[in-house]
Amino acid sequence: MSNSELKVKVWRGTQEGAFVEYLVPRNPNQTVLDVVTFIQRKLDPTLSYRFACRVGMCGSCAMTVNGVARWTCRTHVSQIVEGDSLEIAPLNNLPVIKDLATDMREFFNKWKGAVGFFKGDATRHDDFARVEPESPERQLANAGIECIGCGVCYSSCEVVQSRPNYLGPAALNRAWTLTNDVRDVQQLDRLRAVAGDEGCHACHTQGSCTERCPKKLEPTASIAGLKKLVARAAVRGSKWGKL
Amino acid sequence: MGQVMSQAVMQAKLWYAQRISAMILGLCVSIHLVIIFYAIRGGLTAEEILGRTQGNIAFAIFYEIFVLACFVHAPIGLANILEETFSKRFISKALSSLLAVLIFILGTTAVIGVYTGGAL
Repeated sequence: MSNSELKVKVWRGTQEGAFVEYLVPRNPNQTVLDVVTFIQRKLDPTLSYRFACRVGMCGSCAMTVNGVARWTCRTHVSQIVEGDSLEIAPLNNLPVIKDLATDMREFFNKWKGAVGFFKGDATRHDDFARVEPESPERQLANAGIECIGCGVCYSSCEVVQSRPNYLGPAALNRAWTLTNDVRDVQQLDRLRAVAGDEGCHACHTQGSCTERCPKKLEPTASIAGLKKLVARAAVRGSKWGKL
Repeated sequence: MGQVMSQAVMQAKLWYAQRISAMILGLCVSIHLVIIFYAIRGGLTAEEILGRTQGNIAFAIFYEIFVLACFVHAPIGLANILEETFSKRFISKALSSLLAVLIFILGTTAVIGVYTGGAL
């Protein structure tokens, strides 16, 4: 197998463009990122793509490989190759800047839109907050906290595709994690931000985000948690006040 | 902002109503299926059905609860689908309200029908 060649179709262009085929030598333990790097270094230096750590920590190398959004650095060619061909495209649901690099601004703006950031009221003069590791809130926060913002879930989400204003699984997962952070002081603002047409209740519970998440997180479960919390707050109020 | 928020609150309330009515429906559909299997043993006749349902207040109450759960559940779902498909609040409101009225009137008429045996 190591002597054969891979036929790799790579998206070239911006929103408008076409797939261009390259022949790349097949190596054992080769990742999809290795393939893209080979093309750029040896075949066509004008190819644009994004990566940093190469070991699944940074979340910058996600692309659509054979139709499915994945981290290219942690995907071995042998896991997904169909015959001898690969198709590599930029992430779905995001504007393409050039070739395999997408514009992630909207994705991260939606995190902000979902109040997906921490704000406390303690200062350096206060004692450490004590959060019991076994407390229900800490456990719920733990479940979703490892998200590194790669955009795989967002790019796999059918609701984002049909409803571009929808906040999306990553932002809502972060919002849910923070609603379980007992130190955070913007809970009511967050509930308001994730309610409504563009928020958690737009989710169809189709579960593509959960299926595709490379960190095996469950944004679907996080969104379900938000749905319940927001609905309860709308009917009975919440411990932080009325919606 | 106020209007957007009150709309979001409304949507959350509707989601809750749909969820609770779904729980009731789950129970009702299961009981309804068992009744169907029971009813079709040895053929199905109008006399047999009316014999069971006529004057039986428990039957009438059960099926009216079923109707009310559908009345709450189905129009909310239809409204969501229409809104996502056409993004026109007017269409989704009009059609889902129509569906709600139809389910309520037709369903309740049917319940009264089998309870009274068509006497009304």
